[in-house]
Amino acid sequence: MNKTVNQKAWLFVIPVFVLVAFNAIIPLMTVVNYAFQETFGNNVFMWEGTRWFKQILLSDRFHAALGRQILFTLIILFIQIPLGIFIALTMPKEGIGVSVCLVLMSMPLLIPWNVVGAMWNIFALPDIGFLGHSLNALGFDYNFTQQSGDAWFTTVLMDVWHWTSLVVLLSYAGLRSIQPAYYQAAEIDGASRWSVFRHIELPKMKKVLTIAILLRFMDSFMIYTEPFVLTGGGPGNATAFLSIDLVKMALGQFDLGPAAAMSLIYFFIVLTVCWVFYNLMMKNEGQS
Amino acid sequence: MSLELRNVEKKIGQETHIYETNLKLEKNTINVLLGSTLAGKTTLMQIMAGLDKPTNGEIWFNEKNVTGVKVQKRNVSMVYQQFINYPNFNVYDNIASPLKITGVDTNEIKNRVGKVAELLKLSPMLNKRPNELSGGQQQRTALARALVKDSDLILLDEPLANLDFKLREELREELPKLFEDRDCIVVYATTEPSDALLIGGYTATLLEGKIVQHGKTLEVYNKPNSLQSAQVFSDPPMNIAKIKKQGDVCSLISDDVSWKINSKLKDGEYKVGIRPHNITTYKEGSNSLEISGKVLISELSGSESLIHFTNGDLNWVSLSNGIHQKNVGEQTKLFMNSDEFLYFDESNKLVNNV
Repeated sequence: MNKTVNQKAWLFVIPVFVLVAFNAIIPLMTVVNYAFQETFGNNVFMWEGTRWFKQILLSDRFHAALGRQILFTLIILFIQIPLGIFIALTMPKEGIGVSVCLVLMSMPLLIPWNVVGAMWNIFALPDIGFLGHSLNALGFDYNFTQQSGDAWFTTVLMDVWHWTSLVVLLSYAGLRSIQPAYYQAAEIDGASRWSVFRHIELPKMKKVLTIAILLRFMDSFMIYTEPFVLTGGGPGNATAFLSIDLVKMALGQFDLGPAAAMSLIYFFIVLTVCWVFYNLMMKNEGQS
Repeated sequence: MSLELRNVEKKIGQETHIYETNLKLEKNTINVLLGSTLAGKTTLMQIMAGLDKPTNGEIWFNEKNVTGVKVQKRNVSMVYQQFINYPNFNVYDNIASPLKITGVDTNEIKNRVGKVAELLKLSPMLNKRPNELSGGQQQRTALARALVKDSDLILLDEPLANLDFKLREELREELPKLFEDRDCIVVYATTEPSDALLIGGYTATLLEGKIVQHGKTLEVYNKPNSLQSAQVFSDPPMNIAKIKKQGDVCSLISDDVSWKINSKLKDGEYKVGIRPHNITTYKEGSNSLEISGKVLISELSGSESLIHFTNGDLNWVSLSNGIHQKNVGEQTKLFMNSDEFLYFDESNKLVNNV
């Protein structure tokens, strides 16, 4: 195909470029600035090269936080994606039930993140919280402020409550876009429920599921507000995920150099994983 | 082998989708269900297939009552207006899928898929996925899947409606051949009278949930039993005018046009139905009648000219072969072939043979 060369088109990119510069590139460059230099304030900087990067990459603290982060993300993905698809499959397809379900499903998504954290904090308190008190009354020794297992359990439960809806809504949208004729054709073939799911619903949901997984990966990998309010990263460092650890380092200890280096590594991980994942999913995908 | 609908009726809530219907489809026939959208074609097909149950009445197949028998147990296949294929299977696996489910052995599958693919010109793309194919090829794949099964009943629900013109013509020509040597009953639903004429076989005209007429396609076309059947089976729409018969002379009520008729019909008022292609810009047949009118619209399509005109207080449509450009508003003369007129009485029954 012949493409017309028209350099004027660059003019139209300028507004976007300016916008992106202010909200992304300039802040990012500031971080880059800190990552390669040492500063003691007063706008005095000394060149440090890759020292902070080496320090972060070799530190046990970073490895531990990254490990916790990966574990957390994997757990919530393995729960939320199948659960979301399952709920979407069982949701009504017509009638009043549709709107009721959609509204109910959207509710958790509309609650501000710190409110979610606060809600769950109170909900899970072992002495007065409904969840915490009930669990203890049932004979479980539950205290999320002291036992790291309980803290993880509560954080995961909170995230599942907060975000599974997103997967449900996306999957539901994907399912609704499948023409009824597909189901009929499968019925005529005598295909089993599992085959219908595996060979019609799942492939037809592929694109929205890719988006769902990407969004859930990014959000959970960068989770901050809810665990910060719920557990504050504790007990100890049990639920100190990457961003909580990062804030501790940057604002708690004021180690701006290492924190900046960590930010960049963090950013790079998210970017790489998303890119690789998206390309894997969209491989062999035609222009359908 | 035959498929019979006995007193079948379908209601959803208060609404009747199919009025009481009796229909018998014979072995090795292609049956066209002809009717506009919402006439009930799809509902009727779903009842035939067993995808949907009739509210009342029975479906008999091979002299056995199959009402309520599930579609999987009926050996039916269906092709839809949308191109329905398994999105993550390649063409081969798509065609093979109904056989795999019923547990046919691999060599047999290979053999049969190969044959059907050859028939539908899909052999070069057996390894491609549906989204890598053109619309025509996707629909061929769906057709192949329907054929590979050796079904007793093949239902085609407007299979060509979503294809663009050329692909449609091409596939439409191939369709009758595909079913030639098959031991099955084919039902083909369409909104296009030209589809029915090209496919031949039998045609049932449908109007608002009722079967108006069922018979050999050409017979239904040439001798519609009623005005409704004739209207369903006419595109562009048929011209209908009131006439008065006195002795052996008929005349249009709205205009000063009259002609001789050889019939024992009682004197009185009737309706005449004239298909657009029987009003032309040139004389055709030995009994040509002149009619004049004011041109409303003049359309050229391919090698035909469609002229809409007014005469009396009626709007008429004429369809002539060749290109005949007319100006809007122009007073023009056209010719009607009175040998082809269809006469209907006040209850809309055809009275040509009386």
